Amino acid sequence: MLKTLTLTAMLMLGASTAAFAEEPRPGGVLNFVAPYGASFATLDIHATPQTQDEFYGMAIHRSLYSWDSIKNEPALELATSVSVSDDGKVYTYKLRDNAFFHNGRKMTADDIIWSYKRLATPSNAFPGARYIADIEGADAFASGKATEISGLKKIDDFTLEITFIAPINPGFNLMRTNAAIYPADIGDKAATNPVGLGPFKFVEHVPGSRIVVEKFDKFYEQGKPYLDKINIVIMEDSAARDVAFRNQEIDVTVLGPTQYVAYQGDAALSKNILEVAEGYTRNVGLNPNFAPFADKRVRQAINYAIDTKLIVERLAKNKAYRAVSWLPLSSPAYDTTAQPYAYDPEKAKALLAEAGFDKGFEFELTATQNESWGIPIVEAIIPMLAKVGVTVKAKPVEGSVLSEVVPAGDFQAYMWSNNSGPDALAALQCFYSKTAQSACNYANYKNPGFDKLFEAAQAERDEAARTELLKKANNFLQEEAPVWFFNYNKAVMAYQPWLHGLKPNATELALQDYEDLWIDESAPASRK
Amino acid sequence: MLRFIIRRILQAIPTVIAVALLIFVIFSVVPGSFTSSLIADGRSGSDPMLVERLNKEFGLDKSLPERFTTYIYGLARFDLGTSFRTREPVTNVIGARLWPSLKLAIAAMAFAVVFGVPLGFLAALKPGSILDTVTMIGAVSGLSLPQFWLGLLLMYLFALQLGWLPSFGYGDGGLRYLILPAITLGLTPLALLARTTRAGVLEVMNADFIRTAYSKGMSSGRVVRWHVTRNALVLIVTTIGLQFGSLMGQAVVIEKLFSWPGLGSLLVDSVALRDIPVVQASILVIVLWFLVINTIVDVIYAAIDPRIKQD
Repeated sequence: MLKTLTLTAMLMLGASTAAFAEEPRPGGVLNFVAPYGASFATLDIHATPQTQDEFYGMAIHRSLYSWDSIKNEPALELATSVSVSDDGKVYTYKLRDNAFFHNGRKMTADDIIWSYKRLATPSNAFPGARYIADIEGADAFASGKATEISGLKKIDDFTLEITFIAPINPGFNLMRTNAAIYPADIGDKAATNPVGLGPFKFVEHVPGSRIVVEKFDKFYEQGKPYLDKINIVIMEDSAARDVAFRNQEIDVTVLGPTQYVAYQGDAALSKNILEVAEGYTRNVGLNPNFAPFADKRVRQAINYAIDTKLIVERLAKNKAYRAVSWLPLSSPAYDTTAQPYAYDPEKAKALLAEAGFDKGFEFELTATQNESWGIPIVEAIIPMLAKVGVTVKAKPVEGSVLSEVVPAGDFQAYMWSNNSGPDALAALQCFYSKTAQSACNYANYKNPGFDKLFEAAQAERDEAARTELLKKANNFLQEEAPVWFFNYNKAVMAYQPWLHGLKPNATELALQDYEDLWIDESAPASRK
Repeated sequence: MLRFIIRRILQAIPTVIAVALLIFVIFSVVPGSFTSSLIADGRSGSDPMLVERLNKEFGLDKSLPERFTTYIYGLARFDLGTSFRTREPVTNVIGARLWPSLKLAIAAMAFAVVFGVPLGFLAALKPGSILDTVTMIGAVSGLSLPQFWLGLLLMYLFALQLGWLPSFGYGDGGLRYLILPAITLGLTPLALLARTTRAGVLEVMNADFIRTAYSKGMSSGRVVRWHVTRNALVLIVTTIGLQFGSLMGQAVVIEKLFSWPGLGSLLVDSVALRDIPVVQASILVIVLWFLVINTIVDVIYAAIDPRIKQD
């Protein structure tokens, strides 16, 4: 199975990157799709609360780091080099001296300091504040005890020193679009006329319809971007996207399970499909405060009693990778030798009997209507668990209700899709006993054995050794079964044959490096 | 007439206030919040610090009576508040969506009236004819077809197969982009209008005063023009008014399907994200639209039949 997955991933990577062998063609118009809502929230990327806005953010803005989809790790973006102190807390960045804002001014260290202070200002209540919380002095600044963030020090215009509170890899946080760098003199125009460092500059926003951006000639990467213009169009409905894609009105589309099957079965469409194991783990969290789930054997029994493989095949239509533990396939700390829980109802019954639940029990499972990790999946689970004597009562709720009751601990079990990448340490922190349930330890998991492994990984400076510890922690978690490990999302994007340069971005496939995209001669006239 | 209009506007005020209160109460008690909606997609974990800051920023840390007072005080000053999601004044958020919504509703209704009323009239004048049968089959089909499915069908036919029209979007706001969503939205009112017009005209045609008119030697054309049309109009105008008034609310599905940037799709997004100020304002606008259309219909009634005005 794993071999097949690896081979598939390699083939896909080959297919998507084969285009790099050709010479990119400059010019052209791309019609890119933003599928996660009926509007963009705001043009101020610091203020935005939703993924949908990152579609324009990737075009207009740049952060200190970016995500390297090929190497699967954060990479320096606005700096050319960085040196790290022996204790791993002080990072000295040599900034680009060729990064210009769209207003024509060159970026300096002052702009980065100003942008981070803007994020940290409590009255702004920006979602991106969490991404700079690890910078020394961010707390004191936010609480009004200091007027500057002490961990941010300008050495000269193009040298910036950042001190962090712990030896972390800052790239995972500082690569976020929400932590983009604005010109310090933008004033109050961030939400009306966004100015950034990105490869494209803002042209037009038609609320509820589209954002148009055009090539920024002074972008710092030589010869990029290739495209002249991008129409980032809002299209939430998947059926409508399908028609528009087939009609060649849009150049990419994100596929759901049903469309995935249809596109795979179509000789022409199947040639241009990009897949990646995204960093999301679909799971059923089991509340240990609900008596049966306090016992590890019961939690393991749940994992044995559900035929996960069958559900992934039949309901998820194989648009998912069966989960082994918490960390996804794309994580360096994913153990390729680990095996998922086998479907074994007899073993499940035996474990339940051992735990004193030989007569079974009943629990309530809170879930949304999501087709991939909601009520349709719960309905498939119900008869499987009934076979081992466990009765499930489905409790359908809206998305915003699920995300209210779960952090509050107001559930017996819940089904959700949670971020589990790309930072393995951050992902596993959600099972650390010191992480509050209201933060991300939704299953309220507390185990000294896990804590020990996690703390060792946290303290470890050597990358390989840290990965090894995280791998052990992840395997420990599988054995402990705080959740039913369902699947890792397989994100699938279909693209037109004339579009090149797409990358298998495991953090969010639909978010692409626009500067690397180009359109060949076979595109319709409207795109050339 | 002016007094009549003023009276209708005054009558609408308590309705608007009642609706505003109802919306406030409903969205104060339903579970889920704006801050919880931020993590609903699972992309990031909950951030208690952000939750606290946002609650303070938007006054969600205040008690329900305090928030209610702020809301009513704002309404009295025509201040609809600030959107949680966009952080813009709600009037700006709604304002950007109002014209596309109105344009879609007007186009859909124009399509329905232009085709529905004449078809119903012609069908009634020749009951049992092929035209009558075809019109009524069409009307029943139009009423029973799910709009979502119909929209997809039209997209498939006119965009994908024939390539005549774009399948989605607002484009430059031109007619090409408006046609498919307007037809999809207008088909149900068209069918209803055709049926209502036919029924109304048939009823009038069988009335005693029509027989009297014929017995007095009036020509068929004159009877239809002077008696049938005028008397059937009240029912037709009522149907048009009710349909036109509810179109903005009905457009939700169509707007989503065609990526049309109207008020309906904004409302759905805002409910999901618990952007309460925008939800409250959007519903108020839809209710106001309904009241305005009904007032206009009442004025037209009075013009058609002066007895209504006297009532």
